[in-house]
Amino acid sequence: MAFDSFNEFIAMGGHAPYVWSAWGVTGALLVAVVLHARAERRLLLRNLQRRVRRENRQGANQGEMAGVSHQMGGDRHDT
Amino acid sequence: MGMIWSFIHKLGSPKWFYGISARLMPWFWVAAVALILVGSAWGLAFAPADYQQGNSFRIIYVHVPAAFLAQSIFVSMAVAGLVYMVWKIKVADMAAAMMAPLGAAMTFVSLFSGAVWGVPTWGTWWMWDARLTSMLILLFLYLGVIALRGAFTSRDSASRAASVLAMVGVINIPIIKYSVDWWYTLHQPATFTITGRAAMPMEMWAPLLIMVLGFYSFFIALTLMRTRSEILRRESNKRWVRDLAGETR
Amino acid sequence: MAGSETQLTSGDGRSVSRREPGGGLAVALWATLRRDLLLLMRRRSEVLNPLVFFALVITLFPIGISPDPQLLATIAPGLLWVAALLAALLSLDSLFRGDYDDGSLEQLLLTPQPLPMLALAKVTVHWLLTGLPLALMAPVLGIMLSLPAGSYLVLAFSLALGTASLSLIGAIGAALTVGLSRGGVLISLLVLPLYIPVLIFGAGAVQAAVVGDGAAAHLAILGALLALSLMLAPWAIAASLRISING
Repeated sequence: MAFDSFNEFIAMGGHAPYVWSAWGVTGALLVAVVLHARAERRLLLRNLQRRVRRENRQGANQGEMAGVSHQMGGDRHDT
Repeated sequence: MGMIWSFIHKLGSPKWFYGISARLMPWFWVAAVALILVGSAWGLAFAPADYQQGNSFRIIYVHVPAAFLAQSIFVSMAVAGLVYMVWKIKVADMAAAMMAPLGAAMTFVSLFSGAVWGVPTWGTWWMWDARLTSMLILLFLYLGVIALRGAFTSRDSASRAASVLAMVGVINIPIIKYSVDWWYTLHQPATFTITGRAAMPMEMWAPLLIMVLGFYSFFIALTLMRTRSEILRRESNKRWVRDLAGETR
Repeated sequence: MAGSETQLTSGDGRSVSRREPGGGLAVALWATLRRDLLLLMRRRSEVLNPLVFFALVITLFPIGISPDPQLLATIAPGLLWVAALLAALLSLDSLFRGDYDDGSLEQLLLTPQPLPMLALAKVTVHWLLTGLPLALMAPVLGIMLSLPAGSYLVLAFSLALGTASLSLIGAIGAALTVGLSRGGVLISLLVLPLYIPVLIFGAGAVQAAVVGDGAAAHLAILGALLALSLMLAPWAIAASLRISING
């Protein structure tokens, strides 16, 4: 241990503003980069899921429509 | 030969990369967090103060790893660009695109910590020190690559242009570095360089080594993570990505 | 071989190359050189603008800093070099722009000749009409900045050598941005960091001549940088042109 007390550790022998600002900016940047990557991934996954769900629904609708038109065609054929 | 080609082909498949990176990534995250935490505690609290610079010397433990990483990321970016240009491996370009902002951020960190370190050492925020000047030029190189990639509307052109520029840049980096060193010694021969001393005792360089390894792990883990995101973005029309979205609901 | 070539150079260089693959390159190079020189000589303002810009920037410094000859003399080597570098940068955007707009760049890509060599020919013309005039003009501006005697020849020579590297490196940036509508500012961001080694040794050569040390070492390094750019830049320019044209 290079320091005798916690206060001395914080004071950094009078160099506290320099040491802590350099370390603080570095640490903040690393954390920010990770948070950004996580948010990016979540957003992408959410958008992708929404798209897949929407397209599935559309696909199902189209299937129903096709069924209906087939029935209608059948009716028309009947009459 | 056939095996090599099939391996390269496999490596180039985003699907394969997505799977293997999921297994590798946790290890790099664990290593990054553990190494950075241990290195920080050791460097901040346990390493002895420098006999000349006192405790301001502890800035070295963020300044040097960031500077190393800033340079290594540019080289990795150029290598990825070369791989993309030669073998048309899309994942390499995705990784290169994701590396650039982190490289620029690391360059900024090393510049900022260098400037802050300058205050107790030189009595000024900025000095045209050889290392800081090279770092500033590196920052401009990064900004150029990022700006060029952003300027194209076609993704393929953007990828190839950024690859070429990264390769041109990486050939120039050593030339720039040596000419700046030469220029510096010519103009300011007797100035004290902040990190230019050999023979550090083990208690000082061991935490530095740990921090450097931690930063490298961080870079690998983050690049894997963001490349996976980029795969989702660019391959969102592929069947397997759709299936994936269904599974992770 | 030479006989049939001379018969046909007056016509279309490309048709010759198709018939005679052996002598085709020289013909194509000569045709590119002549065509570009002719085109630039017709648009004289494009050649003159960088020179006027150079003189103007140099005029700004005594006004902005101080007319004191001693002060100007100390900063003159750097000023002249930086101003010349910016003037050379200014002319880069038009290097491939005209050919891109009228489609002749696409034709250049379709020729059977190696594109790096053709690009080299274009860059040579660019240097002949910007770098070289800038180098020849610099001593006059040196007088205006009270540059110490004995360094004028080194100034012109270092600029002639250095601007050749600048044209080669700059052409990479010009080729990368030629397809972009707003490439003008981007090109300086791409190219200026790569210009720094040339600036260091170019301004260093003039500085050394002023101080009285020999400038030979600096000029040798400038020559080495030029050799390196000559070897590598044409390939990068060619690759960049292909990217810009093929989209």
